[in-house]
Amino acid sequence: MTLVRISDDALARAGGADRLADAFAKKGCEVHRTSSWGMHWLEPMVEIDGKGFGPATLDDVDAILDGTSDKSIGVIEDHPFIATQTRITFKRAGKTRPLSLEDYEATGGWAGLKRARQIGPEKIVEEVKHSGLRGRGGAGFPTGIKWDTVMKAEGPQKYIVCNADEGDSGTFADRMAMEGDPFALIEGMAIAGEAVGATQGYIYLRSEYPDAIRKLNAALELCTDIIAPFKCEVRVGAGAYVCGEETSLLNSLEGKRGEVRAKPPLPALEGFLGKPTVVNNVLSLQAVPHILNEGGADEYKDAGFGRSRGTMPIQLAGNIKHGGLYEVGFGVTLDDLVNQIGGGTASGRPVKAVQVGGPLGAYIHPDQFDIQFDYEEFTASEALIGHGGITVFDDTADMLEMARFAMEFCSVESCGKCTPCRIGAVRGVEILDRIREGGRKRDRIELAPQMHNAPKDKGRDAGDEIGLLTDLCETMKFGSLCALGGFTPYPVMSALRQWPEDFTRNPELVEQALPENAG
Amino acid sequence: MSDNSEILGEIIARHHHREGPLLPILNDVQEELGCVDAESEALIAKGLNLSRADVHGVVTFYHDYLPTPDARPHVQICRAEACKARGVEKLIDTASSAAGERVRISTVYCLGLCSAGPAARTGDDLHIRLDEQAITNLVENA
Repeated sequence: MTLVRISDDALARAGGADRLADAFAKKGCEVHRTSSWGMHWLEPMVEIDGKGFGPATLDDVDAILDGTSDKSIGVIEDHPFIATQTRITFKRAGKTRPLSLEDYEATGGWAGLKRARQIGPEKIVEEVKHSGLRGRGGAGFPTGIKWDTVMKAEGPQKYIVCNADEGDSGTFADRMAMEGDPFALIEGMAIAGEAVGATQGYIYLRSEYPDAIRKLNAALELCTDIIAPFKCEVRVGAGAYVCGEETSLLNSLEGKRGEVRAKPPLPALEGFLGKPTVVNNVLSLQAVPHILNEGGADEYKDAGFGRSRGTMPIQLAGNIKHGGLYEVGFGVTLDDLVNQIGGGTASGRPVKAVQVGGPLGAYIHPDQFDIQFDYEEFTASEALIGHGGITVFDDTADMLEMARFAMEFCSVESCGKCTPCRIGAVRGVEILDRIREGGRKRDRIELAPQMHNAPKDKGRDAGDEIGLLTDLCETMKFGSLCALGGFTPYPVMSALRQWPEDFTRNPELVEQALPENAG
Repeated sequence: MSDNSEILGEIIARHHHREGPLLPILNDVQEELGCVDAESEALIAKGLNLSRADVHGVVTFYHDYLPTPDARPHVQICRAEACKARGVEKLIDTASSAAGERVRISTVYCLGLCSAGPAARTGDDLHIRLDEQAITNLVENA
């Protein structure tokens, strides 16, 4: 009987993988539903004897089975998109059935946890520090140091919280990890629990990921005995982007409004219910079982670049020809990622901009594509790696519209705690609308003779409005507690700086209004 | 008062033992009753020994909870950056006119299908690579 492997990842299923699997089963094939290889432009992809066919439709079933299909991509592991990757966090992607304990154990599952239990907390933290693993959620804080703080904190009850509230547009690595290899995340959390002395874990998962919720719940049920005495539970969010911020997430988990908390106190010392808490992103925890294998920490460390060690699961998204998941050691350039690996835009038009790091990341111009993927290098260029999502735009994108959307998004998703974010974002949208209009004339009321103190001039031109926008962005940047208000200015200002022609017919106005040029 | 109090009591009892039970309760109430109205808020507040204001504050914070039920089929369209880059904005008018009053269209920010947008969700079903034809079919069959 022919063994056919088809992914049951949400993206493949959205593309019709379930119907395809049924069709192959009807033809008498044995169908295994595996995780996704991450080549999304080929999903739903059919794999027979290591060879891939995609994107497959019901009409292709017969041709694939009798070997005449024109959708063959050859041996999957030799495909350039896969062969050039260094897969550590996603080492099982495409290869195992997500909810099969048998597959998980056969591919080295639970070895990290077993070894962690033997070597004890101090040594675990030591190895995580040695691996150089930094938080993959966006901030890039060294995971080992966080664990060390929680390990040393006094308290009868500590918690491990997994931040699976992956709300950034252009990112889907958490989703793929949770759907494709749920046991690895659970193992990572159990190891973290072992390290810091926590027996309870929570996975805060967004409601927009129904497949991940279902699979993680099923996986937790299957491995209860293996991770015991560690216990873990999935908590589903309710559609608030800001809950991906760790303190806001903790409030939400406690059943409160997802408002950001001021730090200090750090969650490591006073986190969930005021107890010492490790809050880590899915990808950080997912990398841990590998690091805890014999020699795993060294191997992980060797994959990196500069002070960014290990691999980064990069997500190629938006208007890109070959979109998907690309895990690679730090140091790769944007040009390689977008133009070589990603194959340029899906529309075939020239690349106009890429946004790295989700809605709060700066827009990067193709002139800067020699920038290397590295936390420090990105920070130096006023950009951020964030969660490693790259969204590509072709030359039809209107950057004023994208800047306006950044402000609009912030105003919709602001938790309301900090005034610059809550009100500033609304004003930002208004200013950008006025910039599009070319400024603002004095209105009838202002011009009325009774309004003695109102200026009777011609109003503000686009240049004045741009000056206001720049001021507003400064205020938001320095006056907000968390990254939502603090980083929304990055996409706005980077769009303004690099594509002034999209904002006004007279780009010199932008030049004059920018802070580095103002008197 | 309506007869929802029994269902509500059951939901509260189901989650009462949890650490931070409010969100799991609200998620189930929204799922089973289609909204979290004032009456539910009052009962939940009583059940968890919170003030009604506390519960109301939480309910209004999150986008997923509706104050009144909406029985119409629901299509969520992603309009975040990656789907914008793939042209979702051009589909919105088509979707709205196909929906009319019969279908509820709402915006969602990111379904995690960013490499294959424009994407949409109906119930627990996801849809990718939508074009005008596909989104019309999707809305008409919702």
